[in-house]
Amino acid sequence: MAYPIVETPRQLQRNRLRTSRRRQTTTHPAWFLLPAFAVLGVFFFLPTIFNFIYAFTDWSAFKNEINFIGFDNFSSLLSDGSLFSALRVTLIYAALVGILQNLFGLGLAVLFERDTRINRFARVIFFIPVLMSALAVGYIFQALLKPSGAVNGILEFFTGQHVDIAWLGDTTWTLLVVAFVNSWKWMGLAMIIFLAGLKTVPEDVLEAAKMDGAGPWKTFFRVKFPLLAPAVTFNFATALLGSLNGFDTVQATTGGGPAQTTEVLNIYIFQIFGYGLYAQATTMSLVLFFLVLVLAFPVVGYLRRRENVL
Amino acid sequence: MITAVVSYKRHKNLWVRFVQPVVVIALCVIAVGIPLWLALITSAKSQGEANLPDLSLPTSWHIVDNYVQAFTDGEVWRGLLGSLLVMVPSVIGVILFGSLAAWILARRSSRWASVLYAAAISGLILPPAVVTIVLLLRQLGLASSPAGMIFVYMGMYMSIVIFFITGFVRTIPIELEEAARIDGAKPLKIFFTIILPLLRPVIATATILVCLYIWNDVFYSFFVLGGGSTTTLQLNLFQIASSNLYQNNWNLIFAYVVISSLPLLIVFIFAQRRIISGITGGAVK
Repeated sequence: MAYPIVETPRQLQRNRLRTSRRRQTTTHPAWFLLPAFAVLGVFFFLPTIFNFIYAFTDWSAFKNEINFIGFDNFSSLLSDGSLFSALRVTLIYAALVGILQNLFGLGLAVLFERDTRINRFARVIFFIPVLMSALAVGYIFQALLKPSGAVNGILEFFTGQHVDIAWLGDTTWTLLVVAFVNSWKWMGLAMIIFLAGLKTVPEDVLEAAKMDGAGPWKTFFRVKFPLLAPAVTFNFATALLGSLNGFDTVQATTGGGPAQTTEVLNIYIFQIFGYGLYAQATTMSLVLFFLVLVLAFPVVGYLRRRENVL
Repeated sequence: MITAVVSYKRHKNLWVRFVQPVVVIALCVIAVGIPLWLALITSAKSQGEANLPDLSLPTSWHIVDNYVQAFTDGEVWRGLLGSLLVMVPSVIGVILFGSLAAWILARRSSRWASVLYAAAISGLILPPAVVTIVLLLRQLGLASSPAGMIFVYMGMYMSIVIFFITGFVRTIPIELEEAARIDGAKPLKIFFTIILPLLRPVIATATILVCLYIWNDVFYSFFVLGGGSTTTLQLNLFQIASSNLYQNNWNLIFAYVVISSLPLLIVFIFAQRRIISGITGGAVK
């Protein structure tokens, strides 16, 4: 019987892998995973599974028992229009935040790129809002943007006319204003991530661009910006996910108004939970889950691919 | 040609030396200074004057009254205690459990490990099911309790911790562990004496981020702690501002905004460079 005395390289590799895997079970025991996965399982995954169950019940503050009622919650949310309106508002809000936050962050990063003392000071100043709570920031802007508030006061000073724009009372534009406020709060974070990205642009590439006669504008758009792709991915993904799941800024500035035009999903969940309609709140929470699932993976995937191409 | 280059250079010098610094300072004052000034100055005004918040100086200063009232009516101490009571154990727990799991996930090469890793970091993207969390906590007898809040935060931020730390562990040479293993050290000892100390930079990053989220959270704490005796600074601020609807107390709101923002700002002043490099280190690779 021919028995291979000498192992083929392939077998050798397979055997080595097998022994190393077997060794891994003693050197890196699986029970070390237990505490983390127990917490994740019970307090993150289990409530998510509950979402799929209780969205189909009549769970509320007014009854003692919970019964299955099929798709009634969905049909009532569909028929009173709140499902589509909340979805639409959330999507527009998330898109606006994603765009504004990146624009502000990139603008600041480019302006503060050189390591001078003033620039370093400015970076610190613009990072302060990141550390404040979105609630606090929201209240500040609620006060600033009142019809008789400071922003209109400043506009009056410069235009010499009476200005009483209801920044937070417009059924069309207020959503943009709230997205602006949220982007103001987070632009410092986007800024430092873009700054870190700009630092990774190799010196010799910039030198080469200069030799080829590229001015500052061309250097930025043709050389630096494409190399910032990972920073754009990170910033856009975090802004998008953060604002799909957003609550604080909207609550503190408009509370969902005027006429529910800034009512994002979480505001809606918060309000109907307050009315004791828990099952409907759960249904909306499930809708949010699917919205994120449908949106986040393709968007992040697309941005990642763009990174690889460049 | 030469004159063109010279004028371009002079132009650039003008921008770098004079225009850019002026633009930067103006932007700081307008974009950040004005909003912060509004909060600070309104917190020093009388209730009547703060009714229409603007940027003017107060006609009479009410700093002490407002802040004393914020401390008494707004229960700053109870809020501060509550914030710390939920934040400190959550952060310690999530970092300890997270890095323990991350070490295993980074070092094991089986298919199971990669499936578990994918599950563990799914919370980076998926939103927490906030309504059914309340139901679950009721069933577990943890409703409105700090313990319930701590577990919920740990569950929410476990993903981000495991994501950051697993990536970092993969950069640590395995030979460091093997040397200790040959000396007869058990896995738990290797983890605490070799791995954990090496993880310090990434633990700093994760701690900063998780603290930032938990300290400033109001949405999840409203659902979990609402109706209980434990409260946080942000929940108190929310309460005060909600009563603003019928009693107009901008002076108190902004005193509270200042008080609740100060702890993180003070930490930031002392650890500014650390914090910024910590956050960026994890984001752009």
